[in-house]
Amino acid sequence: MSNAAITASPAAAKTGTKNRDLVIFAVLVAVGLVAPAVIYPVFLMKVLCFALFALAFNLLIGYVGLLSFGHAMFFGFAAYVSGYAVKAWGFSPELGILAGTACAAVLGLVTGLLAIRRQGIYFAMVTLALSQMVFFYCVQAKFTGGEDGIQAIPRRALFGLIDIKSDLAFYYLVLAIFCFGFLVIWRTIHSPFGQVLKAIRENEPRAISLGYRVDQYKLLAFVLSATLAGLAGATKALVFQLASLTDVTWQMSGEVVLMTLVGGMGTVFGPIVGAGIIITMQNYLAGFGEWVLVIQGFIFVIVVLAFRKGIVGEIQAWWTRRANKV
Amino acid sequence: MRFKSLLVTTAAVLAAGAANAQMSDGVIKIGVMNDQSGLYADVSGPGGTWAAKKAVEDYGAAAKGLKVEVVFADHQNKPDVGSNIARQWYDVDKVDVIVDVPTSSVALAINQITKEKNKVFLGSGPATADLTGPACTPNTVHWTYDTWALANGTGKAIVDTGGKSWFFLTADYAFGHALERDTKAVVEANGGKVLGAVRTPFPGTDFSSFLLQAQASKAQIIGLANAGGDTINSIKQASEFGIVEGGQKLAGMLMFDTDIHALGLKTAQGLNFTTAWYWDANDNNRAFAKDFSAANGGKYPTMVHAGIYSAVIHYLKAVEALKSDADGAKVVAKMKELPSDDKLFGKGTVREDGRHMHDMYLVEVKKPAESKKPWDYLTVKKTIPAAQAFRPLKDGNCPLVKKS
Amino acid sequence: MFELLGIPPQALFGQLLLGLINGAFYAMLSLGLAVIFGLLNVINFTHGAQYMMGAFAAWMLLEWVGVPYWGALIIVPVLIGATGILLEKLFLKRLYHLDHLYGLLLTFGLALIIEGLFRKQFGSSGLPYPNPLPGGTRLDFMFLPNYRAWVVVASLVLCFGTWFMIERTKLGSYLRAAVERPDLVQAFGINVPRMITLTYGFGVGLAALAGVLAAPIYNVNPVMGSNLIIIVFAVVVIGGMGSILGAIITGFALGIIEGLTKVFYPEASNTVIFIIMAIVLMVKPAGLFGTPK
Repeated sequence: MSNAAITASPAAAKTGTKNRDLVIFAVLVAVGLVAPAVIYPVFLMKVLCFALFALAFNLLIGYVGLLSFGHAMFFGFAAYVSGYAVKAWGFSPELGILAGTACAAVLGLVTGLLAIRRQGIYFAMVTLALSQMVFFYCVQAKFTGGEDGIQAIPRRALFGLIDIKSDLAFYYLVLAIFCFGFLVIWRTIHSPFGQVLKAIRENEPRAISLGYRVDQYKLLAFVLSATLAGLAGATKALVFQLASLTDVTWQMSGEVVLMTLVGGMGTVFGPIVGAGIIITMQNYLAGFGEWVLVIQGFIFVIVVLAFRKGIVGEIQAWWTRRANKV
Repeated sequence: MRFKSLLVTTAAVLAAGAANAQMSDGVIKIGVMNDQSGLYADVSGPGGTWAAKKAVEDYGAAAKGLKVEVVFADHQNKPDVGSNIARQWYDVDKVDVIVDVPTSSVALAINQITKEKNKVFLGSGPATADLTGPACTPNTVHWTYDTWALANGTGKAIVDTGGKSWFFLTADYAFGHALERDTKAVVEANGGKVLGAVRTPFPGTDFSSFLLQAQASKAQIIGLANAGGDTINSIKQASEFGIVEGGQKLAGMLMFDTDIHALGLKTAQGLNFTTAWYWDANDNNRAFAKDFSAANGGKYPTMVHAGIYSAVIHYLKAVEALKSDADGAKVVAKMKELPSDDKLFGKGTVREDGRHMHDMYLVEVKKPAESKKPWDYLTVKKTIPAAQAFRPLKDGNCPLVKKS
Repeated sequence: MFELLGIPPQALFGQLLLGLINGAFYAMLSLGLAVIFGLLNVINFTHGAQYMMGAFAAWMLLEWVGVPYWGALIIVPVLIGATGILLEKLFLKRLYHLDHLYGLLLTFGLALIIEGLFRKQFGSSGLPYPNPLPGGTRLDFMFLPNYRAWVVVASLVLCFGTWFMIERTKLGSYLRAAVERPDLVQAFGINVPRMITLTYGFGVGLAALAGVLAAPIYNVNPVMGSNLIIIVFAVVVIGGMGSILGAIITGFALGIIEGLTKVFYPEASNTVIFIIMAIVLMVKPAGLFGTPK
């Protein structure tokens, strides 16, 4: 993946990039704060959940160079756990989300230990195999409700105090969770830990010879990515008051690849843009019936043939070219 | 530069929002939600939208001063997609009633949301009898058929004609389990015996192994508690492995005309199943089928299409009587109060638990030589009167029904 | 009569034979994938869609032109193989220098487009295709339909024919050489790009042929390929990516294992292959027959 992923801007501009990212993020949050005035909040929440999911996925492919083809297992399993905890055990939402996220972290640790020793296409296949097993467990286990899923998950008061029944109130909670997730990822990739990850992506043998315990770094990144994917899934279950098999299928794993690819792998904001575009498309093309498949297929083909860096990546590249000319 | 990408996103999202914000004051907005491209697309799909529009037209809504609009969406047989669309329809697009919704898991989700938002849900496609059982709500009417009616119609008829021992091929999900459970109860209540069952992963393509197990059980009847492609494949492969020649009979629990079309009469001949409606049963039905076929590329209507038509007519009647579509529960109460009557389902009623009551038919698939025209597939063997066709009110455990 | 693992031996034989028949399809499809991956370095996600196109082409030939099954068996692979060549020339060619990921994503997109168009045109209930070899033989332990017996024989011949061609003939040695050192082979005056194009066409033709063989057994259906493709991927990975013999043997073996699972724990029969895949990759990362790089 390394030849494809976008290498970060030249080192000289590093601090500048860092600050600029934060400014853009602040603007995004500001837009997020007022957006529900014009846009349907449930739709926005869906975009935010998937954007967080894609960000978590991007941490792995964009910064470690590992293509996971089974990330749906963290997303979907966390959704089941948080849904079940809230519905059957009467957990409050924050505890439900926490429970789901924690389970995803544990699942990430177990699967990570198994998968992390493999590379490239084999890594993708191991994660796919593991996620198919999780899918099978979810089909068979009693608590997931099989094909029906867990339906009518209640929205209890946050911390037992704050009423979040209305979509608008819940939206701000989701926005807060999203911001938390984004900042964790942003902090990670700009930390020394993140630098080591990039070093591994660029040249693993050299990282090993420099004395880094590569497997431990990869595992930690994998668990972090799984945990955040779980956070997104756990939140989504409460947004839609539903946890279903769709979220654990391999097609869901494929979808998050598509989002990240369209937005731009290894870019800070790419996954957000990608998730926004794909979700918008799915929502508003629903009326085209059979053509949705065809259109999605065309997007894949066009992106792969013409915009391999993704939307944000291409814009970045264009900007750099222009800056270099001047 | 990243600011640009931000602009792009915002613009995309804004555009989407704007396209969405249509006002619908004074308009009755009917949302047809079903599988537009997947497994059940031929059972209802785009034809369902046509049927709803046709009902609006035949009702003469415009002449009566009712402004009606029909929209549609594809739920892809996924509960999360379906509930997402439903929320958006109710919250943003001002849809007043959702019609059809095949796939039980999606229907249960829509059922829940419809009650929460106090709108109306008219189920034609879904099979689960829970909609008028434990999950019943004051906002839902279940129109065309359910697992209990299918099990009862087909199961009883077969046991009565001597098919006493059964083995089930059950699709391994909620719908398959429910169908198996209901049929088993009917078979046992009528003096039959169930020898065993095998749960097949859903969806499946190769059923030969399971058929062999069914064969080894020596049961007289192999009950297919599955639907769509699963049913088609299991029947096809049963014929290939000489199961029927070996003396065992198949019973498709949920079948549609479109399934017979896919199987071909040669393979499907002699199958018995239960349906709520058949296009070639009378002149009204034939006329509807002719229009349907002309508008839908030569396909013929199934009972789900007819059910959508019938349900929409009755809904419009109730709204006209109330002069308002605002309060979903009130509209459904009115639907229960008024008798239903239309050219496809004839006279009927809507029961307290939301069940629409009409006759069901036991049909048999024709031999290739008996088929005289396109889609001439079925012979009606027996009419099951409405009172016997559906689960008795007291057995459903619907919370709306007062225990006496 | 003593019982084996709780079921009578007759039933067990029957299930083993059925497993072998399913294995024949896995073997044929994974063979095509392995050939394409081995020589082009592309993971062909469109394979399932091409298998489906093969079945549909057979149906169209029969319904529209009146060409019977045995004719379709020859015409369809050539026809669909030609569409494969077109795809390779138009799209795939541009991606060889990039990571595997892009070939996978491109072919995934193409698969979506093809499946969507077929759904639009033919609906999704599926279409019937008459059995060209009706009847069967009553064996001791089961009724063996003639057609299924034919499928096993045809697939065995096809698989080992392909293996022989690639591993044991001169043409095959050129192909293998072109994988190792395309520049050298080119220098010897062999047109490597054309060879690669034809190889892709051949792999696609294999998928289409499997489609024709499947048409009388399974429903001819736009989603028949996407249901199968993930399993076939697993077969290829277990066998070792790019290993021809590995794909063939694993295909048949997994068919049998899956068949046994259908007796002992039917609910898991869709998952057992993935469990095996995970175990194999833990123990032998390059697959059972692959050579580690």
